[in-house]
Amino acid sequence: MGFFLETLFGGLMVGMLYSLIALGFVLIYKASGVFNFAQGAMVLFAAMAMARFYEWIPKWFGFDNKILANVLAFAAAILVMIAVAWVIERLVLRHLVNQEHITLLMATLGIAYFLEGFGQTLFGSDIYKIDVGLPKDPVLVFESLFQGGILINKEDLYAAVIAAVLVALLALFFQKTATGRALRAVADDHQAAQSIGIPLGRIWIIVWSVAGFVALVAGVIWGSKLGVQFSLSLVALKALPVVILGGLTSVPGAIIGGLIIGVGEKLSEIYIGPKLGGGIEIWFAYVLALVFLLVRPQGLFGEKIIDRV
Amino acid sequence: MKSLKSLALAATLMAAATGAFAQAKEQFFPSLVYRTGAYAPNGVPFANGFADYFKLVNARGGINGVNIVWEECETGYATDRGVECYERLKGKHGGATSFQPLSTGITLAVTDKAAADKVSILTPGYGISGSMDGAIFKWSFPITGMYWVAGDVLIQHIGKKEGGLDKLKGKKIALVYHDSPYGKEVIPVLQERAKMHGFELQLLPVTAPGVEQKATWLQVRQSKPDYVLLWGWGVMNSTAIKEALATGYPREKMYGVWWAGAEPDVKDIGDGAKGYNALALQHGAEPNAKVVQEILKELHAKGQGTGPKEEVGQVLYMRGLMSAMLAVEGVKRAQERFGKGKVMTGEQARWGYENLALDQKKLDALGFAGVMRPLSTSCADHMGVAWARVHTWDGAKWNFTSDWLQADEQILKPMVKVAAEKYASEKKLTRRTPAECQS
Amino acid sequence: MLYRENGQFKSNYRSDQQIFPILQDRIAMVALLALVLVIVPMTASPYLLTAIFIPFLILSLAALGLNILVGYCGQISLGTGAFMAVGAYAAYNVQTRIDGMPLIASLLLGGVASTAVGVLFGVPSLRIKGLYLAVATLAAQFFVDWACLRLGWVTNGSSSGSVSVAGLNVLGLPIESPVQKYLFALVFLAVFALLAKNLVRGAIGREWMAIRDMDVAAAVIGIRPVYAKLTAFAVSSFIVGVAGGLWGFIHLGSWEPAAFNIDRSFQLLFMVIIGGLGSIMGSFFGAAFIVVLPILLDGLPYWFGIPIDTALASHLTFMIFGALIVFFLIVEPHGIARLWSTAKEKLRLWPFPH
Repeated sequence: MGFFLETLFGGLMVGMLYSLIALGFVLIYKASGVFNFAQGAMVLFAAMAMARFYEWIPKWFGFDNKILANVLAFAAAILVMIAVAWVIERLVLRHLVNQEHITLLMATLGIAYFLEGFGQTLFGSDIYKIDVGLPKDPVLVFESLFQGGILINKEDLYAAVIAAVLVALLALFFQKTATGRALRAVADDHQAAQSIGIPLGRIWIIVWSVAGFVALVAGVIWGSKLGVQFSLSLVALKALPVVILGGLTSVPGAIIGGLIIGVGEKLSEIYIGPKLGGGIEIWFAYVLALVFLLVRPQGLFGEKIIDRV
Repeated sequence: MKSLKSLALAATLMAAATGAFAQAKEQFFPSLVYRTGAYAPNGVPFANGFADYFKLVNARGGINGVNIVWEECETGYATDRGVECYERLKGKHGGATSFQPLSTGITLAVTDKAAADKVSILTPGYGISGSMDGAIFKWSFPITGMYWVAGDVLIQHIGKKEGGLDKLKGKKIALVYHDSPYGKEVIPVLQERAKMHGFELQLLPVTAPGVEQKATWLQVRQSKPDYVLLWGWGVMNSTAIKEALATGYPREKMYGVWWAGAEPDVKDIGDGAKGYNALALQHGAEPNAKVVQEILKELHAKGQGTGPKEEVGQVLYMRGLMSAMLAVEGVKRAQERFGKGKVMTGEQARWGYENLALDQKKLDALGFAGVMRPLSTSCADHMGVAWARVHTWDGAKWNFTSDWLQADEQILKPMVKVAAEKYASEKKLTRRTPAECQS
Repeated sequence: MLYRENGQFKSNYRSDQQIFPILQDRIAMVALLALVLVIVPMTASPYLLTAIFIPFLILSLAALGLNILVGYCGQISLGTGAFMAVGAYAAYNVQTRIDGMPLIASLLLGGVASTAVGVLFGVPSLRIKGLYLAVATLAAQFFVDWACLRLGWVTNGSSSGSVSVAGLNVLGLPIESPVQKYLFALVFLAVFALLAKNLVRGAIGREWMAIRDMDVAAAVIGIRPVYAKLTAFAVSSFIVGVAGGLWGFIHLGSWEPAAFNIDRSFQLLFMVIIGGLGSIMGSFFGAAFIVVLPILLDGLPYWFGIPIDTALASHLTFMIFGALIVFFLIVEPHGIARLWSTAKEKLRLWPFPH
């Protein structure tokens, strides 16, 4: 029983981390109708920027304070991601207005390739460290109730809390602010939004910047866990089942989807995995999402797909 | 007319002869590397060591006067790019002498092609397990070791730690491995040993590239194995150690293969990885070796080194150095038979690789004293040596923590034979006769 | 001026319905066939054949299969690598377990196995649409990746999970040298391209296109979505499975499951989209673009004599590749095939402006 709870907690926390990445997907899809396959590359790029600036800024300015270095590196990375958003909107999105989904999807794949190559050129291909002070050692709780206690990974716990806070902030942003309303209007209908005077280009830059910020937070958390290296962009593949399970257009869907996938993945790997020889995590997550989709083809919280004939 | 024709013919022949003569005396070694992608942190130091050794040999005067030329080709650890690199480089600069694919997947894809193209494939420390048997694998050379040696030596070491191989009975050993031919190759030998000594082998595959190991290590925490063997590559290694740290599994009980025991895997974690053990493929981190000092003096001091100076002497750098040394020594040996100071063809170099005899004196002269054991290859044994040792990370560097251990021939030889025979029957090859072996 | 149809009258339905109704097209086709069947094998270097032509032929076959699914039927699939893997491993099993099995039969049976798997994973398409389906097909990709590594019978009990084939021959003629392999792949491609072209010109092709354009309306006028979608999956998987068998047998010779991983799926989808959705010609263009471009980009610095280190060259290749894809999608979202047909249209009028 103790071990089951351990797996459950672990799955919930990992699920929050997946939803952090899934948020980036959802934000961009909501506002520009683009399924951003470059999200993984953006996470990597943002994490690399953070890791390298953390190394370089103290050298450039000649000080030693770790916290200051972290803060400045974070700020620099945000600026970098805003620049990336601006460039993408200018050079790519503006020219692909109103194209089919699949064309936009392919364009984002092209952007992903570009960012991966560019990131490694600028920042290097080695494993870089992100050290924001997240604790690495485990903590055991309920030792009296269960033999051996239940292991909770402190790093994951902190990360889950940060992700939850971020989600709450984003939900507030979308619901309460004028820009948020504008974003929702654009997501609903590009042309209608344009006709009432909402500047499409600027909105897209804002959305991609926010997604870039989310990617940065995700990158910092995942990078702190795994080290910043090329394979970080592959964690985006783990977030895809979350996105489709929750619905491409729903922020709460990303969270709930993340939790379901996280728990499902871990439980399946530990309880069903050994019977099948192990390694079933990845496809199980997708199959789980697929099963949910068969019941609700638009995802749990996604907008119902209306076909007009 | 006739005299004019013969004059023209003679002139052309002369020109061709001088042309061949004027063609620079170069021995070409292609260098398949991965400086990008998920495995780059481990691929870069290897590639730097590889290139530096060739530079050193050229600085010392080449292979008895023959200049070495090498060309890097980026494979990104992807099989099809590796095949393309192979096809592109095999005929360049007068023909490739030998290839070192640096990836089990690429090795599998080019092994048959190499036999047809008559170029040797050197796979020090990796490759196809049966390729030790040179009578069937004429062109494959896993010199210094292969995965079965690694698995066997690890079990022996663990047995020694427990006080005897019989004490392993009832113990549990888990294998966390990269879910690919690279990771799976070692399983037969571990299963054989498990049968022999009565320990339980728990197999925990990790899907490539290995960033997702939380569930794996939760399973480790639940089943509490006495030892964990790590068979990863690239970012999977550091992730494994980080997850072990996160789930509280003692790093002292972890043993990695020689591809899971280098600086990129542990230096981020620093003290958290203290106590982690790994196999050393002959060499470990050798900052004091003579060849390292030479390289620092001849190359890096003059600004001609490949890669940063701090890397020289690190584990994977030494691996690149050693691999390049083996490639060169094979050619040197071939020159002893086919003509000193001449460029060796692929076939001649193959003979050299099959008849390597690096005794202690030669190793000392090359500057590898203390780094490797003497080795000698033969037709039956393309591996040359079956010894390895264990080194441990102390938070800042690797230190040797075991004596030299030799893999048990009694176990390996029959397994190698079976694997080689299976390959031969699949590919419809015949075993070379002893007479052929001599040629 | 040269490309006009003046004077070419058709006197029966059969000649009116030819694939190449214009005489100049037919001449061009014959010339092309002569080029690829005779001139290329005689003059191309072994490197060109093994590293460029053979991958191009096999991948354009796979792109053809994928184009039928994505371009003609509108079902986005990201699991193509998996179907190639199924085809390759099934062909391997048939070839190794049954003595004396002819090579062509093994490859076709590999395709049949792939059809079965394809239809199975195509069933969700009856309920799920668009991007959701794309991600759902990734389930097929990762599942097959895992199955090839874990299920021993797939690899005929190989301890390492890798398999290899040797001694390929057709009726005693060996398929060993680059030229023989090239011709073998070319024959397969030509036959399948012809079959595919006729399929999409026929009733089933029109059903697929109706489903792609407006599936609800198609159902209203009596096209059964189940039949259309599943046949699209079936035909597409068959072709992709045969291509997978060719890739493993002819190009690699010895492979592991990672040869058919998700990168392969993305690569094929790139080919189909850059080449042109819903166009047989487009599959060839896309395959040529994706196969040749990285090699060109890799070699460019060396040709200009600029010494760049391989890492930077590789990164630049990635960057230029990504940028070119975006550029192409902006310039011609319908792919190279649209550029080609636009060019042909202009050629019909040339040198007159209208």
